[in-house]
Amino acid sequence: MQKFRVHSGTAAPLAISNVDTDQIIPSEFLKRITRTGFEDGLFAEWRREPDFILNLPEYKGFSILVAGDNFGCGSSREHAVWAIQDYGIKVVIAPSFADIFRGNSGNSGLLVAETDVQFVNQLWTALEANPRTLVTVDLEARIVSFEGKSAPFVIDDHTRHLLLNGLDEIQNTLSHADEIIIFEGSRPSWRPVVGQ
Amino acid sequence: MPKTLAEKLWDSHVIRKEADGPELLHIDMHLVHEVSSPQAFEGLRLAGRKVRRPDLTLATEDHNVPTLNVNSRISDPISRLQIETLRKNVDDFGITNHKLGTTRQGIVHVIGPELGITQPGMTIVCGDSHTATHGAFGALAFGIGTSQVEHVLATQTLLQVRPKTMVVTINGSLPEGVTAKDLVLNLIAHTGTGGGQGYVVEYRGQAIEELSLEGRMTVCNMSIEWGAKAGMIAPDEKTFAYLEGRDFTPKGDDWDKAREQWRELRSDPGAIFDEEIILDGAQMAPFVTWGTNPGHGVPLSARVPSPDDFDTPAERDAARKALDYMALQPGTRMKDISVDVVFLGSCTNSRIEDLREAANVLSGRKIADGIALLVVPGSVAVKMQAEEEGLDQVFLDAGGEWRGAGCSMCLGMNPDQLKPGERCASTSNRNFQGRQGVGGRTHLVSPIVAAATAISGRLSTPADLLTKG
Repeated sequence: MQKFRVHSGTAAPLAISNVDTDQIIPSEFLKRITRTGFEDGLFAEWRREPDFILNLPEYKGFSILVAGDNFGCGSSREHAVWAIQDYGIKVVIAPSFADIFRGNSGNSGLLVAETDVQFVNQLWTALEANPRTLVTVDLEARIVSFEGKSAPFVIDDHTRHLLLNGLDEIQNTLSHADEIIIFEGSRPSWRPVVGQ
Repeated sequence: MPKTLAEKLWDSHVIRKEADGPELLHIDMHLVHEVSSPQAFEGLRLAGRKVRRPDLTLATEDHNVPTLNVNSRISDPISRLQIETLRKNVDDFGITNHKLGTTRQGIVHVIGPELGITQPGMTIVCGDSHTATHGAFGALAFGIGTSQVEHVLATQTLLQVRPKTMVVTINGSLPEGVTAKDLVLNLIAHTGTGGGQGYVVEYRGQAIEELSLEGRMTVCNMSIEWGAKAGMIAPDEKTFAYLEGRDFTPKGDDWDKAREQWRELRSDPGAIFDEEIILDGAQMAPFVTWGTNPGHGVPLSARVPSPDDFDTPAERDAARKALDYMALQPGTRMKDISVDVVFLGSCTNSRIEDLREAANVLSGRKIADGIALLVVPGSVAVKMQAEEEGLDQVFLDAGGEWRGAGCSMCLGMNPDQLKPGERCASTSNRNFQGRQGVGGRTHLVSPIVAAATAISGRLSTPADLLTKG
């Protein structure tokens, strides 16, 4: 996984609450077995509308998405995160994120920055007035800034650590294999096992 | 210190705590299906890793399997490749898979409980957001993404930040004709679709205790629809009676030992929850959704709301968009809304009890002209049981279709999809835009409302059928 420290780029406003994973990527795209190439599935239905943000030339090349609260609600599909990344988006800013989506983002290297709703509103206003507004997200300092305004964002320490260092969590867990073995010895023998 | 049920389950599975917060949890059972697993197995291969505990991993094929001609070659080449990929992965890594066409195949959240693999006190995960279903047995069960599927395959553990706890108490008894599905749709309309974010929820109270295990699964299943990480219900004598004698439940002395431990699995008196919601089950009514998220629900006797009924500009805007998508006018009586399709199925409502209740309404009646009724049992075992009881014949005689087991029209990954503009009364869990097919319009309902709606052609309760003759 790539390390993430600071990202600066243009941003697009998606002023909608409860954006669900079926909108981020419809289930049709989930039949694929690859890990990349999902950019065509991102907001596939909404993209049919000519005035959807992904189709507006003024936001072309944006790398930060600014969305409403409870972004990513619905299914556990990590394809939603992959589609966002494959499209070229590095950061999603919103007042809140659905839990599974937040976890998937951290594990796949997408930064989701939770900021307060007033700041998101200010950012939407600025982006509508000037689509080329430069937004900077500093993970080290946990700060989002634009046009001289800034606000802290919330991210848990562990996910921040993984992103800053581009770490593989599985390798870290496997280094504690001895503790896993000891724990497994205490599992009640009557708990179910399958096959084998 | 008194503990909540969630804390007991959590604490009994902690292997270690990381310095920066999260805890490493042992996973008792990992359920796997074809959609969220291929990239995880590929990750293992690329890193040269094995599946740590194939004996604690169970796969099935459910999300994009066809429900017609289940013994023929799958015609959609992309779906076929995904199923073939799962079969290769389970062979390569030594995992048991209940394949399409075999007697234990079915929706992952239906087969776990019916095989007795889902037991109180366990941690259960699956790359599927409806995994909280298994919480109905007093297990800690939640959905995970593909990276976490890979982590569990490789380590049989998951690194998790301890969630907050909430208790939802539903007092009183549900009135006649009000089901578990109505209860949970009532709750979600109360909390909104994100109200449970960050919480593990325990459901309790008289209305919950009075539910069957099937009903409890329906409630826990929809925990994710109001944003909760997991939902659970303390096990009781009903739970034990459901489990006794199933293929994977303990036998003999082990059964007694297990039950003794399971009886401890309840929140201690005085245990403190971070949040509490109290609702009166006796005041609940049959519920139906009008909009495009599961929180957009109203009593079936009510009217389509107006955007002006909502408090915030964002909610008003969302309501306007939802009404536009659903092609509904504010003020229309919900019972005047005609549907084209009725879907009875999904991990929320495809168990034998759901089919019995629907068949009871449909028995001796015919569905309305122009309505398609699709009945999709949750598993092959449910299908066989229903056929033994003659329920299949009730559905067929009424004019419905009787299909093979799978997720089917809940998410339309197989050929069972709505056409653009079609309106569906569905016993599934999500009414998101396009969920059941591009341009399709979904109203979430209980199995008995689905059955009554198929007969009248409009959103209806069984009682409405009697009053209209």
